[in-house]
Amino acid sequence: MPSPRYWREKANRFHLEAARCQGCGGVTFPARTICPACRGTEFETLYLSRKGKVVTSTVVHVGPNEFQMEAPYAMAVVETPEGGRLMVQVVDCEPSDVLPGLEVSLEFRLIRREGHGGILCYGHKGVPVG
Amino acid sequence: MAGIVGYGAYIPRNRIKSEEIARQWGKDPQAISRGLLIQEKSVPGLDEDTITISVAAGRGAVARAGIDPALIGALYIGSESHPYAVKPSGTIVSEVLGVTPEVHVADFEFACKAGTEAMFVALGLVESGRVEYAMGIGADTSQGAPNDALEFSASAGGAAYIFGKERLLVEVLDTYSYTTDTPDFWRREGEFYPRHGGRFTGEPAYFKHVLSATRAILDRSGYKASDFRHAIFHMPNGKFPLSAGKQLGFTKEQMAVGWVVPLMGNSYSGSSPTGLAAVLDIADPDDLILITSFGSGAASDSFVLRATDLLPQRVERAATVKSMLEGPRHYLTYGEYAKYREKIILND
Amino acid sequence: MREVAIVGAGMTRFGEIWESSLRDLFVEAAAGALSSAGADHVDHILVGNMSGGQFVGQEHLGPLMADHLGMAGVAAARVESACASGGMALNMGFMAVASGFVDTVLVAGVEKMTDGADVTNVLASAADQETEVYHGITFPGLYAMIARAHMAAHGTTEEDLAWVAVKNHKHGAMNPKAQFRSEVTVEQVLQSSMVAEPLRLLHCSPVSDGAAAVLLCPLDQARNYTDRPVKLIGSGVATDAMALADRKDPAFLAAVEKSSERAYKMAGVTPKDIQVAEVHDCFAIAEICCLEASGLVEKGQGAKAAASGETSLGGRIPVNTSGGLKSKGHPVGATGVAQAIEVFEQLRGESGERQVEGARIGLTQNMGGSGASSVVHIYQGV
Ligand SMILES: [Zn+2]
Repeated sequence: MPSPRYWREKANRFHLEAARCQGCGGVTFPARTICPACRGTEFETLYLSRKGKVVTSTVVHVGPNEFQMEAPYAMAVVETPEGGRLMVQVVDCEPSDVLPGLEVSLEFRLIRREGHGGILCYGHKGVPVG
Repeated sequence: MAGIVGYGAYIPRNRIKSEEIARQWGKDPQAISRGLLIQEKSVPGLDEDTITISVAAGRGAVARAGIDPALIGALYIGSESHPYAVKPSGTIVSEVLGVTPEVHVADFEFACKAGTEAMFVALGLVESGRVEYAMGIGADTSQGAPNDALEFSASAGGAAYIFGKERLLVEVLDTYSYTTDTPDFWRREGEFYPRHGGRFTGEPAYFKHVLSATRAILDRSGYKASDFRHAIFHMPNGKFPLSAGKQLGFTKEQMAVGWVVPLMGNSYSGSSPTGLAAVLDIADPDDLILITSFGSGAASDSFVLRATDLLPQRVERAATVKSMLEGPRHYLTYGEYAKYREKIILND
Repeated sequence: MREVAIVGAGMTRFGEIWESSLRDLFVEAAAGALSSAGADHVDHILVGNMSGGQFVGQEHLGPLMADHLGMAGVAAARVESACASGGMALNMGFMAVASGFVDTVLVAGVEKMTDGADVTNVLASAADQETEVYHGITFPGLYAMIARAHMAAHGTTEEDLAWVAVKNHKHGAMNPKAQFRSEVTVEQVLQSSMVAEPLRLLHCSPVSDGAAAVLLCPLDQARNYTDRPVKLIGSGVATDAMALADRKDPAFLAAVEKSSERAYKMAGVTPKDIQVAEVHDCFAIAEICCLEASGLVEKGQGAKAAASGETSLGGRIPVNTSGGLKSKGHPVGATGVAQAIEVFEQLRGESGERQVEGARIGLTQNMGGSGASSVVHIYQGV
């Protein structure tokens, strides 16, 4: 990933910055300028709490080249208490245990690296609670 | 008076047992465990490095301090495994913790001493009044060469300390540093694994600096070994700190809580700071605590600390060292370990 | 608006076609379509293609393909909507002819996937790069998440998924153009290697090369080209949230529902009128979800449709008589056009042992990404 792009996405990768629509109350993550639900343009900035519940999940056995060393790894759509949803890897557990309903915390981890010489790209991953 | 207003530690969940490494190289597992007093060590996941460990420890420190992280005016990370050769770890950690942009940031390196070095400088800036709060972090994902003695100890983890002047959890009563040029352990630019002087790392390096620094701070502060409830000495293996402590007049009981090396190995810059975190997790008000680090090259930093009434009330705001040492662990085979530590050659 | 007919079709076989390049594949299919209609000129060429740029480093496919067809000078452009690129090209060709803007449009789809590109990464570029792909999700992974959500909502089982593959392989075994001309058993599917839980290798469509092309013209000019034109009576396109996390119900493909409703409305038919259908079975779960969302089966009933025989040849509504993406192959940009050709041939009674007897009205549904775009066409034999 080119570094300007990674840098531009810091707000959501580092801080889980989201937006709550003042029109319909819907939460979008990452933040947008137009609400996908009601087309409202007034938003309140909020930061997703670093916890959530798995909505749906899979275990990737055949991954992209950059992730093949991590396979098999679990991926999940997680919903935070604010109603924000995000796609994350879920780690520090048996991948097959990552099923809908699982409670996870969101922890800062290395997500991908651009070969041996490129930038390191960080963000959040789920870790089962307890 | 300045002191610690918040602290946090992090230890990765992956472990490898000393006997698993010994088996790989045809060594006697019992002899290794007995010799080093290390049963198992922590191993970073493929997605864990000095930066992620620093963030995890730093988040714990902010939670225990209960302060607005934006008030932290300086943040230093000591590590010998900064993920970038050029580009600071500290900027990423500062940004994630919400400390930027009004902050002075630097990455430190001083072999295993870089963590206390970061703490030392952070404390100094707070004491001088230059900044209100400052964070010092020691974190590493240290590498030992395959089939080297270091492979049994080089581990991963870290601890973060926020210094301030009010609502102290721990008072810093005195500090002392003892430094000489001693080439006992090094890694040249571009080399993957460090090299060391074998037994030369003992007497003229570890022991000379740890003993000199500790004796000097005891002299200066007027305390004697028996005044302390807890003492932490840098833990390159299990034996060195116990031996150094004994020579200084400390008992096994005084060293027991901070002696975390048997279950996690030597997390280099994170080692003695993590031992200190383990002590703070259980310390009672007014407990006197001594910590002496060691970094090859070589130097020791010593701190005399005293716990306040506030400390026990803040412990539960973040994960304790014990909970991570004894909590859910994932044991690796040597093959998995080789993969996790990227010892397997792959095409780019 | 003018009535529009398909009057000619051509396609390559689908599979690993080592000897043919991207342009070779296009030329074979396009020339086949033109010659089947006896056409020597067209007004416009549309090339459905997902990612010539990433697969073989070739963009600007409109002029390239016109040139290689010996038609430099003709208006030509590439149309892209990920795996729905072919269907989207057909929709645009339909609009161009219906509006009276042009008379003859060659609608083609082509993809060359086996020239060494990292296919997993290229396909993933149809998902949301910033919020999905960044984190390591793959295309099978996205559909696996849809499958798990469907299992949780409707009790769908891995065996139900397997039956989709079994049915489509059975159909594909009879299709000379198909990549896999062999039948598989439920046991073989359930024992194949795991790709993304709960999806196994035999739940997934393959990596394929191939091209397909059809010729469109106004219905009142169709007899210049063929005695058996097939009328395009409905076309619907719809989109949905790009990222799976942004959809309320990950088990429901809203774009498929909307595009179907639009096509039914335009055609003036209902799902009950459809006698043969090709739906986008890039993964077994996709066929189940698409059948439900398009109304071809009741919501929640998609899972059992393959096992019960309802969607097999001879069943109530035969689905993917070509073998579908699963067995026929899935050169992504070509798929939407190849679906149209299967229904075109069915409605002309040219499908041989795969023929659905008496089929007069057929449907194709082509999907992009994890369901963020969908194109539905409805056809009527003349
Ligand atoms: Zn809204």
